Amino acid sequence: MQRVAITGVGAISALGRDVAEFAHALSQGRSGIAPIESTDTSQLRFQNGAEVKGYSHVPYFDDRRADFMDRFAQFAVIAAREAVADSGVAWTPELRETAAIITGSCVGGQNTEDIGFHEVYKLGHNRVHPLTIPKTMANAGASHISMEFGITGPSFTISTACSSAAHAIGQAYWMVRSGATGLAITGGSEAPFSFGILKAWEAMRVVSPETCRPFSKDRRGMILGEGSAMLVLEPWDAARARGARIHAEIVGFGMSADAGHITQPSAEGAARAMRSALRDASLAPEQIAYINAHGTATPANDPTETAAIRAVFGAHAGRLAVSSTKSMHGHALGASAALECLATVLALRDGILPPTANYSQPDPECDLDVIPNHARAAQVEYALSNSFAFGGLNAVLVLRAAP
Amino acid sequence: MSDELTQRVIKVIATTKRIPLESVTIESAFVQLGIDSMDAVEILFAMENEFDISIPDDEVRSVRNIRQMCEGVERLLLAKSAGAKALE
Repeated sequence: MQRVAITGVGAISALGRDVAEFAHALSQGRSGIAPIESTDTSQLRFQNGAEVKGYSHVPYFDDRRADFMDRFAQFAVIAAREAVADSGVAWTPELRETAAIITGSCVGGQNTEDIGFHEVYKLGHNRVHPLTIPKTMANAGASHISMEFGITGPSFTISTACSSAAHAIGQAYWMVRSGATGLAITGGSEAPFSFGILKAWEAMRVVSPETCRPFSKDRRGMILGEGSAMLVLEPWDAARARGARIHAEIVGFGMSADAGHITQPSAEGAARAMRSALRDASLAPEQIAYINAHGTATPANDPTETAAIRAVFGAHAGRLAVSSTKSMHGHALGASAALECLATVLALRDGILPPTANYSQPDPECDLDVIPNHARAAQVEYALSNSFAFGGLNAVLVLRAAP
Repeated sequence: MSDELTQRVIKVIATTKRIPLESVTIESAFVQLGIDSMDAVEILFAMENEFDISIPDDEVRSVRNIRQMCEGVERLLLAKSAGAKALE
């Protein structure tokens, strides 16, 4: 078994176009939630989202290449480019042949699909654009990353709603740990701001009409987000040998299924995923100091997650720092766990625990130390990143600060 | 509140939840009928279609039983017809 180092990080989100901007916003407790600009919201019950403001492909892709890529796939490649450059990896033919790419995405190229369906259903046209399928498919992010770097090893996409990227990163972690691959690019990407998808979220009545206030008594639901975060994973010894900068280490991964309800979360299922991750890491609950929570700010998630954390950590739950960075980067669905894993990596690396922004009122059902509104300086050795998806599919990553 | 409205509300709920019509009465509580939060969201969707109304999230937060649902629908129908009259 190899130890697994994170040697490269990349991100594009409502908090900025790269990791430095992302880290700065988190450390300032600055939220990227604002009125939605890319879609007309006059017929929607909610108006706010966490978009990549003013995004255009122009600085990133030439027009012809962009023709083949939905916004979500563009985000994936942008984040992967930053992560690979940051890692300083030197490509060899052998590395290209064995490197893995594992991405998460929940809804794939929804903007593209929406346009195509609008053409046939609403406008009555008899044909949709021939690139609708290759732009919509959820694996397009992984495919475009493979073409970007000429990587010909195992590459695939995992779709488990809000846990997608956590399952992807966990799988990549296990592949590097086992020696199945010598390098993995992994994370998630999403761009869900199409009118049809926004309407579908509206119908579920879980989106906040104002902002995202995780764990706060006056929370009114989630806020959708978009973007991508990607990590480069390598065996610890190989990373050390080539003198790479190690941002943090992944030391455990756990999963569970609620086998309960298609949308109602289960404290039991969430607790089993956390326990499974701790077991995989061979850690005692008391060794964890920070949890980046799933923390959607829906009425159901936050008390359930609090109960799950209390069940796993017992008295130690009172000493944990727990925050939901969804209050800042929004709920980016299949990219969310990647943004949150990155936020956890940065917390360990920089010694700054990100806050839960927009917090205003304590809720007795969410009685954890949620780092309200202001980041906290703290050197932490071990942290969890929680993801609990619709469909009851849970995934938890365990991270360790690099020495 | 008219019987007709009550019956329509009950029918929407029984049809959506796929339970016998006679198992639902004006006195039924959602919890008795096994209606969870996702069922409730589906019932609201069906109710909006049945009565051609829009039910705001804030209106439904406290609704726990069929009587409250009927009262809420009636209130929205009255507001709708008042709005239509105002336009005449």
